[in-house]
Amino acid sequence: MSEWRARSHPAWWAFLVHRVSGIALALFLPFHFWALGRALAGEAALEGFLHWADTPLVKIAEWGLVLLLAAHLAGGARVLALEFLSWRDWQKSLAACAAALALAAGLAFALAL
Amino acid sequence: MTPARRETLLWIMQRASAAVLALCVLVHLVTVVYAVRGGLSAAEILGRTRGSAAWLAFYSLFVLAVSVHAPIGLRAVALEWLGWRGASRDWVMVAIGSALALAGLRAVFAVFL
Repeated sequence: MSEWRARSHPAWWAFLVHRVSGIALALFLPFHFWALGRALAGEAALEGFLHWADTPLVKIAEWGLVLLLAAHLAGGARVLALEFLSWRDWQKSLAACAAALALAAGLAFALAL
Repeated sequence: MTPARRETLLWIMQRASAAVLALCVLVHLVTVVYAVRGGLSAAEILGRTRGSAAWLAFYSLFVLAVSVHAPIGLRAVALEWLGWRGASRDWVMVAIGSALALAGLRAVFAVFL
């Protein structure tokens, strides 16, 4: 029971989002590097990949990745603030700021697409 | 090196790389949002990066910081969610970090050359 009560806390959600986004980004990175590495075979090879990626499904996935990156950045900034600044009373505010920053980056990317 | 000393060193490396990455990710997010306006093209990406010493230095730093940061994060996940500890975990993480650095620097040079 106490475990579930702990999990309803914003800090637990902030931890979970930070962790899951970190794992997802680590899994994505090899594909990202591979795709950019296509440029070694020339501009046409990179263009070919970008053409393949120019579909609604991939764009949604890209939007998700930008959101994950922003969420991980914001969550990481929250962790650094908690560890290096004396802001422990502001934990919920920090979690809210982290969520807001991630959302803002996601919206900016969605609008730019 | 004692286990406690190793954990302390890894903790410091994780926070130091996080501080570098915080700046890198901010620049990357702004660049991504700017770059996707009107669609991505290989010519546009390579036009920005080819021959640019500034982007080469920036993305090399970005790749090296992430090659330190991601394996240390995954190492903690491996322990806490999989119960994986010991030397095998550390060697796999060294391999992941090395692979990320190699693939990442290859990608950086691919868009620079």
